Amino acid sequence: MGAPAMSKTITIDGKNVPFSDGQTIMDAALAAGVYIPHLCHNPQFEPHGSCKLCVVSVNGRNMTSCTMPAAEDMVVANNTPELNSDRKALVQMLFVEGNHICPACEASGNCQLQAAAYYLDMLSPHYTHFYQPRAVDASHPEIFLDLNRCILCELCVRASREVDGKNVFGISGRGIGTRLVVNAASGRLGDTNFAATDKAAHVCPTGAILIKRQGYRIPIGQRTFDHKNISEVQMEPDHE
Amino acid sequence: MNEKRKIRLATCSLAGCFGCHMSLLDIDEKLFDLLGMVEFDRTPFTDIKRCGPCDIGIVEGGVSNAENVHVLKEFRKNCKVLVAIGACAITGGVPALRNNIDLWDCFQEVYLYEGGLEGNQIPNDPELPLPFDKVYPVYEVVKVDYFLPGCPPSADMIWKFLTDLIEGREPKLDYEMLRYD
Ligand code: SF4
Ligand code: SF4
Ligand code: FES
Repeated sequence: MGAPAMSKTITIDGKNVPFSDGQTIMDAALAAGVYIPHLCHNPQFEPHGSCKLCVVSVNGRNMTSCTMPAAEDMVVANNTPELNSDRKALVQMLFVEGNHICPACEASGNCQLQAAAYYLDMLSPHYTHFYQPRAVDASHPEIFLDLNRCILCELCVRASREVDGKNVFGISGRGIGTRLVVNAASGRLGDTNFAATDKAAHVCPTGAILIKRQGYRIPIGQRTFDHKNISEVQMEPDHE
Repeated sequence: MNEKRKIRLATCSLAGCFGCHMSLLDIDEKLFDLLGMVEFDRTPFTDIKRCGPCDIGIVEGGVSNAENVHVLKEFRKNCKVLVAIGACAITGGVPALRNNIDLWDCFQEVYLYEGGLEGNQIPNDPELPLPFDKVYPVYEVVKVDYFLPGCPPSADMIWKFLTDLIEGREPKLDYEMLRYD
């Protein structure tokens, strides 16, 4: 006993998870310490619903938990072999669509895409690599932008617009041609008022936005995901 | 005598740096245990030039030229179980950084702009294998049975994997062993 009569609950993998009106399944899960894999979601921003890693089965139907409002008596399946194998396939597609050469990436060990792949036991990217040419922009004195590693989560777009009030980034193109763009006539980061102290410089889940002259400062063994997996790290308060 | 037949093992390095082979040697004194269980076929350790029928083939490195394809196909044909070891075999790795640079530009940068001992010339001996425009992971050329990621995978990880495989268990890697770097 002890649950107030007003509190509403859903179940996730059989566990009772309380929620209040307006919370998504993801919000309720995060608050209850239940990990649902996610890449484009960051609780500090409005949901985006693009990566589809957070798809769960709700009363038998697949839905994105970061956008789906929780409702009384929902029965949610999350950590199942079927869903995790779909999630692994999604992550593998992200790996072959971009150019992810982890041994040569400063984000390695701190990267959420890589950590999600470890969590999902991805041993190879499985699919045929696209090897698409993607731009690297080193024009800014303090920040690199490497589109080879961009997964189009739009967290930098949201952070720059909503927190920094600058609107430095945008998305352009459609389908496989979709790209992150920089809002400057030249298209170069160096020609914007982007600053290393901006929120948008620190929300990228991958190594696409990197602060210069910081690479490899943290030795192997002390990086975010060296000993703890992403389900542990993302359940810690203030991890983002 | 009732000695068990030894497992026959072949290894090779395609477009790799031999780092994965060095990591295999890093199992140190366990090499004696390994030699109790396996005998080597074609490897850089034995200097046998052609791969014969084997139980396990381990391939390091991606596919960057025509010779790599011949070696890889020879391994696939002769090895019951084919293992891709290391980031280069599994994703193309660091050599694949050239994949979005024109091959001719690469050659000019390496051989023409700054001359070598023989002056400014692009090597063109018929003995040299034909380079490909891109570096490919081995699974995009032949079927691969197991993947052992890492750059390189640690000696502990290689040992765990090999002993699992040789002793008939499905290889399983702990969280801290699974690394792409
Ligand atoms: S962004 Fe992440 S997944 Fe991509 S190369 Fe860097 S560490 Fe690897
Ligand atoms: S640069 Fe980073 S934060 Fe921005 S859309 Fe790409 S992956 Fe997301
Ligand atoms: S976390 Fe929900 S779609 Fe990306």
